[in-house]
Amino acid sequence: MTMSKFSIFTKGLVKENPTFVLLLGLCPTLATTTSAVNGLSMGLATLFVLVLSNMAISLVAPYTPDKVHIPVYIVVIATFVTLLQFLMQAYTPGIYATLGLFIPLIVVNCIVLGRAEAFASKNGVVDSALDGIGIGIGFTLALTVLGLVREILGSGSAFGWKLLPGDGMLAFVMAPGAFLCLGYLMVLFNKFLKKE
Amino acid sequence: MAVQSNLKNMALCLSLVCLVCSALLGGVYAVTAEPIAQTNANLLKASIQAVLPQGGELSEAKTVEVDGTTYEYYESVADGVPVAYAVKSVTSGFGGALTLMVGVTPDGTIYNTSVLSHTETPGLGAKCTTDEGFMAQWKGFDPSQKILSVKKDGGDVDAITASTITSRAYTLAVKNACEAVKAIGGNDHE
Repeated sequence: MTMSKFSIFTKGLVKENPTFVLLLGLCPTLATTTSAVNGLSMGLATLFVLVLSNMAISLVAPYTPDKVHIPVYIVVIATFVTLLQFLMQAYTPGIYATLGLFIPLIVVNCIVLGRAEAFASKNGVVDSALDGIGIGIGFTLALTVLGLVREILGSGSAFGWKLLPGDGMLAFVMAPGAFLCLGYLMVLFNKFLKKE
Repeated sequence: MAVQSNLKNMALCLSLVCLVCSALLGGVYAVTAEPIAQTNANLLKASIQAVLPQGGELSEAKTVEVDGTTYEYYESVADGVPVAYAVKSVTSGFGGALTLMVGVTPDGTIYNTSVLSHTETPGLGAKCTTDEGFMAQWKGFDPSQKILSVKKDGGDVDAITASTITSRAYTLAVKNACEAVKAIGGNDHE
């Protein structure tokens, strides 16, 4: 496992993009991307938890008995999610009201536990932080793009700015549109990835 | 990962991790408890003021019971006389609970309404928070002159296009709030 610091950071953006390549954490991806702002907020919330839990887990992993490592990771992750919940309720109540249920559900987001298990438990603090930032930004970008496409098609606006008069195609704001958009974005993403 | 597991170190490790985590959370809770309470109080106050006429002193939360349902309400009092009531009214919409704040004057006329929380379909029922025509019709709606149900059901309320269930739920919530105000008025006269 010898990777340059830079490639640890960049692999999460494209090569191991959690949404378009690894297909992890799809439940919040589909549910919260009704608009670009919602997708961006959810991505940033996950990024926050991902970086902190990766760092904390890389510190405790060497001292954790093998049989209890999953419970320990879950406790660490849940702590940071609850912390985030308190902070959001106090300082960004608007976003908290929109994302609501999906903030506590970050605890069971498989991206977070997946990175803890696959990366942070075997690497140092700095590398783990970089990995968390990379994967987190990759996730945030994916959610923002998905949210943006759905917002443009579904409500005729982008980041809350009205582009087209009228309502757009409602289906894209609802669940079927989420699946459709994600599918087509994945096709596009993988097409460009293969060319490289 | 190199540590061999035995009962002692497993118990020790888990207890330590939990202890540190709860201490951290306790600390953050203590710091954020006040801003959270403040934010929630401000949101509630703003929602009450949005549905009540200007002026008047706002009372503490009171409750009134109508047909087995308890409603939370706030009185706006000017010169010792209540000039309006803000009633919190919950019904079930299309996607889940629909919670409204309804401002009603003592003569039963609706002053204004606002949505506290909802889980309606985006782009359809969720328009109950943005559709200007739908929202404006509640201002000054007098239930003694008009009928509080949607036009499809023979009433005088313009429903949101393609969202009859949400509109019905909204109307019912307003109606319940009016009933609650009647009950409040009744209690005051006794």
